[in-house]
Amino acid sequence: MEDFYRELIIERYKTPHFRGELDPNDITYEDDNPTCGDHIRIDVRLDENQIVTEAVFSGEGCAISQASADLMLESIIGKSIEDVKELGKEDILDMLGIELGPTRLKCALLPLKVLKAGVYGLGETDTPV
Amino acid sequence: MSAKTTTGFDVQQVRKDFPILSREVYPGVPLVYLDSAATSQKPEAVLEAMDLYYRENNANIHRGIHKLAEEATIAYESAREKIAKFIQAPSIEQLIFTRNTTEAINLVAFSWGRTNLSAGDHILLTEMEHHSNLVPWQLLASEKDLILDFIPVTPDGLLDLDEYQKLLKFNPKLLAVTHMSNVLGTINPLKEILNDAKAVGAVTVVDGAQAVPHFPVNVADLDPDFYAFSAHKMCGPTGIGALYGRKELLEKMPPFLGGGEMIKRVELRSFKSNDLPHKFEAGTPAIAEGVGFGAAVDYLVDLGMDQIEEHERLLTNYTLEKLQEIPDLTVLGPAADKKGGVISFHIKDIHAHDVAQILDGDGIAVRAGHHCAQPLHTKFNLPATSRASMYLYNTLEDVNRFVDGIQKVKDIFG
Repeated sequence: MEDFYRELIIERYKTPHFRGELDPNDITYEDDNPTCGDHIRIDVRLDENQIVTEAVFSGEGCAISQASADLMLESIIGKSIEDVKELGKEDILDMLGIELGPTRLKCALLPLKVLKAGVYGLGETDTPV
Repeated sequence: MSAKTTTGFDVQQVRKDFPILSREVYPGVPLVYLDSAATSQKPEAVLEAMDLYYRENNANIHRGIHKLAEEATIAYESAREKIAKFIQAPSIEQLIFTRNTTEAINLVAFSWGRTNLSAGDHILLTEMEHHSNLVPWQLLASEKDLILDFIPVTPDGLLDLDEYQKLLKFNPKLLAVTHMSNVLGTINPLKEILNDAKAVGAVTVVDGAQAVPHFPVNVADLDPDFYAFSAHKMCGPTGIGALYGRKELLEKMPPFLGGGEMIKRVELRSFKSNDLPHKFEAGTPAIAEGVGFGAAVDYLVDLGMDQIEEHERLLTNYTLEKLQEIPDLTVLGPAADKKGGVISFHIKDIHAHDVAQILDGDGIAVRAGHHCAQPLHTKFNLPATSRASMYLYNTLEDVNRFVDGIQKVKDIFG
């Protein structure tokens, strides 16, 4: 079980390298994980060639989701937006280096979901009451 | 350490009735189940009653003439009698089987609410409601253009009764309130709250999902108009719950779902509703689950609800004492004398999911999240909490292992 919280994950959770907000930005998106109330926002800046120059996240979440966000953003800096679109579930799990059950998988993949929605320019999906 | 209370409640004996409690979660790691507020475990007696029903009595109920249909009908209807008696309902006509508490509340919103409420009417809720006693009213409010008011929750997790008095001045047509909070554990002073609402003519709806399993509930004394609860939180199966209702209201209300069983006579363009309680029970019900629900009530009655309440109080007090000693850990909700065995907590800088995950590694089952009470978490400015909840089969040893687990969480995140 402690494998789950291997040093890398705890370290990135406690001292993330890519935490913050960017204003102005080229891409920004935020979303929640309704089962746990996690909330993540990702801001990205691109250069004229659509290459990611800066990427940061903000919001609240568990060690898995925060470490996932931090490692994922580290991996996309210097990449083209087309490459970012190729990023998949397996890439995230490789970065984390752990096996996850269905509930925690949602935590791990929330940052990817937010990033992809931002990259593809999706709108809000909440139903107003 | 075995928890034998002064009342003679023998928890080690009780534990033997629950087969699941003897399993290992991971090899060599026994189960500490502290998630009974989500759903309780089931005793052998309930499992056997349902199994026996399917093996020996299974038939569709009420209309069959044959022997099996008679037996099945008796099994199902005698369960209704037991459950009605368990909450001191004056008659079995007032005990409607539903799928769960959520469906029971939706039934009231759909049938009573749509008929009796109109634009501009006030509905009074509280900030501590489970989504099941909030969203049905939001749906109704948007359909009917109603105004929702909320009794605030104080920082120590109680309903603000002074503010309640002010909100009653809007003359709400309906008050919907939980008997016991599934997050804070707060046991609300229900009788007083209901009396004040009735004095301004409000119809009252109570979410009793966390109350009926844990202490004696007497609807004849409390006198709500509607009271809802679920079998699966009180040693019974999933898929069945109950709605108690005041007879005069139930008689006037239109049916909820249409279909078989809820009718007396059907013509091509019209129907006449069946008598209570069947008027609200369209279609083949969860028969085996009803039988299991009855067996669960038998089980609880046999142990004694007073004894169960006493045992849980002992566990809750012990847990709260232990948790108080842990730095950076905050327990939500009121002091021990105003709460049941639901303990939600937050550890500084550690997310609830991580707490639950590490505890799970030691076989300890707690819940992490907003426990279907998101607005309450927003109010306390917490994205999520961890929740340990007690029931009749928990022991002081369970609590000790839980507290050791918390220490481990703190060490890992140190």
